[in-house]
Amino acid sequence: MKPQLPSIDRRSFLKAAGLTGTGLLLGFTARANGTSQVVNLNAAADPNALVAFELNPFILIDNAGNITIINHRPDMGQGSWQAVPTMIAEELEVTLDQITIRQSDGLRKYGSQLSGGSSTVRTGWKRLREVGAAARQMFIESAAARWNVPVSECHAEKGTVKHSSGKSLTYGELVDDASKREVPKTVQLKAKKDFKLIGQPLQRPDIPSKVTGKAVFGMDVTVPGMLYASVEHCPVIHGKVVSIDDSATKKIPGVKAVVKTERPMPHRKAEAVAVVATSYWAALQGRRALKVQWDKAGYDQSMTTSTYFREMREKSKQDAFPFYTAGDFKAAYEAAPKKLEGFYETPFLAHAPMEPEVAVAHVKPDGSCEIWAPVQGPDGAIGEVSQYLGIKPEQVKVTVPFLGGAFGRKAYLDFVLEAVHISKQVKAPVKLVWTREDDITQGPYRPGMLSAMRGAVDAGGNIVAFEHKAIGESIQRQVFKANIDNKADEWVGESINDKECPYGFPNANVGYNNVKTDIPIVWWRSVYASNTPFGHECFFDELAHAGGKDPLALRLEMLEKAKGTAKPEGQEKGIPVVDRFIQVLKVLREKSGWEKPLAEGQGKGVAIARSFGSQCAHAIFVTKKGNGVKIDRVVSVMDCGMYVNPDNVRAQTEGNIVYGLTAAVKNGITFTNGQADQTNFHDYQVLRLDEMPAVEIHLIENEEAPGGVGEPGLPAVAPALCNAIFAATGKRIRTLPFDLNNLPS
Amino acid sequence: MASLSLTINGKKQTIDADPQMPLLWAIRDVVGLKGTKFGCGIAQCGACTVHLNGTPIRSCSTPVSAAAGKKITTIEGIGTEKNLHPVQQAWIEEQVPQCGYCQSGQIMSAVALLKDKPSPTDADIDAAMRGNICRCGTYGRIRKAIHTAAKLSKETASASGK
Repeated sequence: MKPQLPSIDRRSFLKAAGLTGTGLLLGFTARANGTSQVVNLNAAADPNALVAFELNPFILIDNAGNITIINHRPDMGQGSWQAVPTMIAEELEVTLDQITIRQSDGLRKYGSQLSGGSSTVRTGWKRLREVGAAARQMFIESAAARWNVPVSECHAEKGTVKHSSGKSLTYGELVDDASKREVPKTVQLKAKKDFKLIGQPLQRPDIPSKVTGKAVFGMDVTVPGMLYASVEHCPVIHGKVVSIDDSATKKIPGVKAVVKTERPMPHRKAEAVAVVATSYWAALQGRRALKVQWDKAGYDQSMTTSTYFREMREKSKQDAFPFYTAGDFKAAYEAAPKKLEGFYETPFLAHAPMEPEVAVAHVKPDGSCEIWAPVQGPDGAIGEVSQYLGIKPEQVKVTVPFLGGAFGRKAYLDFVLEAVHISKQVKAPVKLVWTREDDITQGPYRPGMLSAMRGAVDAGGNIVAFEHKAIGESIQRQVFKANIDNKADEWVGESINDKECPYGFPNANVGYNNVKTDIPIVWWRSVYASNTPFGHECFFDELAHAGGKDPLALRLEMLEKAKGTAKPEGQEKGIPVVDRFIQVLKVLREKSGWEKPLAEGQGKGVAIARSFGSQCAHAIFVTKKGNGVKIDRVVSVMDCGMYVNPDNVRAQTEGNIVYGLTAAVKNGITFTNGQADQTNFHDYQVLRLDEMPAVEIHLIENEEAPGGVGEPGLPAVAPALCNAIFAATGKRIRTLPFDLNNLPS
Repeated sequence: MASLSLTINGKKQTIDADPQMPLLWAIRDVVGLKGTKFGCGIAQCGACTVHLNGTPIRSCSTPVSAAAGKKITTIEGIGTEKNLHPVQQAWIEEQVPQCGYCQSGQIMSAVALLKDKPSPTDADIDAAMRGNICRCGTYGRIRKAIHTAAKLSKETASASGK
């Protein structure tokens, strides 16, 4: 399998098959003569299924037997390049080395193509397997008809239909016949025990190209006649251009143009200045030689993170809009013999994917636009670009290469629209490359959040009252203009509402209050589940210690009491979340050796969180070292239901541990007088190889519907670490980030 | 602009470029070898690592003029899919890459390490690899893959009677 750019030449394929998202209607495009007539085989039989005229051609098979499977979710490292084709191939009965994988181009027939919310396997699980199963069944029926034998005497394997007599026909030999058949109304999907590909630790097909330098990332796209652009952004992000002195810039060989441009963000449109040149180096030098005078428009006064955090503390005095309440928190808190309270803070963070923001855009003379960019959703790019230019979606063509990391950043398309704006002005294809400094100083960021915690234990050490007010800016408000002034933002509630966190506190008050900021914010790996479990799980630990109980044992004790009360959201028949928490924690207790005594100076911490449909717990072990600690090992248990590739679940969890540790112990983003204080990897440090602890990951086996994998390993990392540090040193860390080698006193 | 003679992966070529242009951009945009990546521009992340006369350097912070007349090796010169270097083989065996963007630089640092120290300790790996950032968090697998590559190199050497 060769990773290829998604330029599907329909004429090279005789048949394209796929199912709709709503039913089992199959269509075929692209006739043998090269026209693209659509034949809907089921329309006459099922007039109610007309919605199915929109085709989903995930599978393309030609007469020569070449099989192409479409991956409709861009790969930013999370493994969709393998996961999507695997789900289809499993039911189609082909092996991964028989197929070519292509990336979808954003057309509606594929359904949502956004890699985000750890959703690829979760949302594709049924639908993609049905796509494969329906095609397989049509091949079997075609062969049975050709041989004039019962279907029951035939089966499919490795792209071939076999008859019990021993004769066989390949899919390529059958594709003409199959294309004329009706699509089955129902298909039989395999049981877990019959899977050949799903559940196996198969090698990822993209990896050979990624170790030889051949994989094409967004940064590597070149198109004929392309110019390069580097953009000077306002240091306070939202300021206005007062004047441009480009006299020095224009003397630099290769500089073609200096144009005023704009960076459209959902909540503000920033002004900027682009230098366009025949090489990136010339564009960058030209940018450095620019003299731009900015009107800071008051943002130097309004965007300071210390002010924002102060406002959040002030807001915590008000009642929060509840995610849920239980019993009577106030009465129980006041009556309890032992009360605790604390503020937990998580900082703004940049995603800092290794590949900075980059996009090639070409606004053509006929008004249409072509984009080549590492975006998390090509369909979203078509929508935003067509809206921005005031053209039809059909006039926008998007090609998505591999993404050099994204973590949420590349589903925010400011950089794509910026490239479009520049291309429109210079009337040429333009490759816009952000510097690392642009990436770190311009945002958008994971929002900084405050968790205001109160709680109490009774004389028996039981938690009798628990309050968590999550406070901060809302992504839904800033990005989607949602009004959350008088309600709890459910995104913030991920992991701390009572459906995701089944502790069953008898008296609880868990809610949200909004505090606004103009600092651009967006989803960052695991979104608010990267913020709120820090306070939630550390404060639980505080209460356990206050009541003299082992934090893991107290969790189990409470969960056992809560049994029979909590159900997984939207999944009536599944194992209840509370039981999944119990199992994860019991496995963690055993695998980590939780109950074994530790040496002097050592400490252990546990935390668990559910997000994006999966539950993951970590036990972290540390040893005191000077005024800091050393992380000895991280033991993790992940219950993501059924999975496609266990090795990839491990890889994603390893990655989440590194990303989560970085968020805890390296640099946050702070703003002073409207400007980010961090600029590049020297002052926005990230975990490096020599700091990588030993990691051990255990997966729970069950037959639950798949949960997310790309994010759920992250939320419990910081709280498990800080709980371990408390156990080892007695120091309770309530503000992230902190220095692991020099703990705050 | 100046005419510069570069030897990249054994192939001698002459390019016209600003002598101050970082080697990274000369390799990527002038010569057209895209395997070497841009990550930070200030020698902090290692994505742009190439070998200059066998020594790993950060090409984003090395002027192209400083590489003239020297032997430059990029990821494309280490091995191909049909003829993999033991480090690349080990990277596949341990399924190291996720997004893959930093891995050219990681591999170039690892190849240089193994040439220097055929049986590196964990401390050797720490020292040689801490300059290469991976945001996907593949560090544990990189460490494992370097040990695997050390083994593979020895097997290859003994099989060929060296």
